Amino acid sequence: MRDTTAPLLDVAGLKTVFHTRSGDVHAVNSISFALEAGELVGVVGESGSGKSVTMMSLMDLLPRSAEIVGGEVLFEGRDVRGMTRAELLQLRGRDVGFVFQDPMTSLNPVFTVGRQITERLRKHMGMTKAEAKVRAAELLGLVGISDPERRLSDYPHQFSGGMRQRVMIAIALACDPKLLIADEPTTALDVTIQAQIIELVRDLRRKLDMGIIWITHDLGVVAGIADRVIVMYAGQIVEQGPVRDLFARPQHPYTRALLETLPKVTGERSERLHTIEGQPPSLGDEPTSCPFAPRCAHAFARCMTENPFRVDVGGGHDVACWWDPETGEMRDV
Amino acid sequence: MFAFTIRRLLFAIPTLLAISFIIFAILDLAPSDPTGNLPLTIPPEVRAQIRSSLGLDEPFPIRYALWLNQFFINEPLNMIEGWTGWTIGDGERLRVTSWATRSPVVDLIVERMPQTLWVVGMSQIIAILIAVPIGVISAYKQYSWFDQIGTFVSMLGFSIPTFFTGLVFIVLFSVHLKWFPSIYDTNHVIDSWSSFVFQIKQMIMPTMVLALATAAQLSRYMRASMLDNLQQDYVRTARAKGLSERVVVTIHVLRNSMIPVVTVIALNVPTIFGGAIITEQIFRVNGIGQLLIIGIQGADIPLVQTLTFIFAVLIVMFNLIADVLYGILDPRIRYE
Ligand SMILES: Nc1ncnc2c1ncn2[C@@H]1O[C@H](COP(=O)(O)OP(=O)(O)O)[C@@H](O)[C@H]1O
Ligand SMILES: [Mg+2]
Repeated sequence: MRDTTAPLLDVAGLKTVFHTRSGDVHAVNSISFALEAGELVGVVGESGSGKSVTMMSLMDLLPRSAEIVGGEVLFEGRDVRGMTRAELLQLRGRDVGFVFQDPMTSLNPVFTVGRQITERLRKHMGMTKAEAKVRAAELLGLVGISDPERRLSDYPHQFSGGMRQRVMIAIALACDPKLLIADEPTTALDVTIQAQIIELVRDLRRKLDMGIIWITHDLGVVAGIADRVIVMYAGQIVEQGPVRDLFARPQHPYTRALLETLPKVTGERSERLHTIEGQPPSLGDEPTSCPFAPRCAHAFARCMTENPFRVDVGGGHDVACWWDPETGEMRDV
Repeated sequence: MFAFTIRRLLFAIPTLLAISFIIFAILDLAPSDPTGNLPLTIPPEVRAQIRSSLGLDEPFPIRYALWLNQFFINEPLNMIEGWTGWTIGDGERLRVTSWATRSPVVDLIVERMPQTLWVVGMSQIIAILIAVPIGVISAYKQYSWFDQIGTFVSMLGFSIPTFFTGLVFIVLFSVHLKWFPSIYDTNHVIDSWSSFVFQIKQMIMPTMVLALATAAQLSRYMRASMLDNLQQDYVRTARAKGLSERVVVTIHVLRNSMIPVVTVIALNVPTIFGGAIITEQIFRVNGIGQLLIIGIQGADIPLVQTLTFIFAVLIVMFNLIADVLYGILDPRIRYE
């Protein structure tokens, strides 16, 4: 059944809408991307750009008010949206691991962390209680929690934020997933803990060889760990490419602005952070023009009437923009 | 947790003493005369004798001290003797005596307690069995027709007083349908299958009136608590682990949602005893609620004092139970 030539994950034209009391919100607008087995893709974009909703849409983990209105999600060539309930649970349980942003609220406060790990192992790996406990302790050890056997019987509130995020990672890794989706896993943590978690994932990635989607609003983090970067804006992918290429020749004005907001390691400390002027658009309607145009210094008349499609700029790098940074002119497409 | 419980128990003692003083003092201010209901032909000297034999000549502090001694020392000792068959001391003690019947108040209460406990206890169990599933389903299927009907029905249950539902029940099920007796026969003895069935039948209406009123309220709490928990991040984590909706809702969400609801249930129990007063009147159940009404009508101060104090004890006790349950259910409290 399994298509071995297919990428690990292949998403095409994904659209997700929230139905709210004050009207619809088009949070994800025709997202397409692919992820190869063992690849680490960083997804960046301002808060509200649709990163989380995109990832929740993949495994149908959306809140009740959200609806996936179009698109295709293939996992190893299998159509996720067409799966039966049982197949979907199996996919979530065995093949994909999620780590969420806020470790303080992502664990169930009334169950021990041991139970929250073994629960998954027993359901999806068919382990007995005793086997699952051994494996759970092993996992806690793997993510760098000391004295793991004893800590299995502790409750989440007995762990610090960073330690809880390690527990979340242990849960995510429990069934040797092929894909790990980490949604801003370090945003809620302080800087030193953040560095430790990043180091941990980099290390685990070498050991476990899984595909990773790492969501962050911090391009600096992406530069250190990703193979490829996807830049999102207003529920769309505006640019994506191999990490070196994207940092070397950013195409989209939004990506360029994001790069400028990065603190320069070499520059004087007092250098003021650039921020991007203006607000992201409201997503009440599906965009019919470039959503970045109102904030863009290079917008053409065409940008106001037509939403740019993604243009290949070579080297596996593409951009949804008509402005060519090399010439300063409109691209010839 | 154990130390916490003990500490709370110790704190309860001064609280109860203060309450007992207030109850005693307020009822003592009431202008009532234990000889007031006696025939007019009894001469004033005899009336004075009766009053002094009841200890009413003594000043207030002495009477309060005597009552305390009788209630907290003599009565418990009597009970211990009754249960174990021992004799402690000479077995002769002054007891809190009813003015109306001249029998010890505690004996009256003990006689009537089982009826009330049956009705209240069963109604609580039934209320929980009704309210929890309704609350869970209403929250999980928020705004569905089930939820809408549930909201409407519990609004009704909330706003219609029990004496009205009681009367409607009697008219409908006793008078028209003749399914259940309208008057509770307390002397009924269960010695066969058919007498057991009769007991169930006569309990159904008083129990259901209380149960429905409680369930209306509880199902709202349950629904609100479930809704609150359903949107928590840990629910998404549970789903992301590939757990089925059934496990996510009935284990992860329900367990968290029960924490505040269990507290509400425990805190609500004394109120139900209060509600039982009315229900017992309607269905003529001779429980402690009815006893209290009789005591108030007959100006039987010792009886009213004792019953009121027992209600106060219930409130304090169930507050304590609520706290302890909270600690048991919520590890964040337990480990403090
Ligand atoms: N529960 C929700 N109801 C309505 N709109 C939502 C909800 N969750 C997210 N959105 C909207 O979807 C868009 C994308 O949100 P999100 O994916 O969380 O952004 P990001 O993760 O990039 O910060 C935002 O505009 C946000 O307003
Ligand atoms: Mg997010």
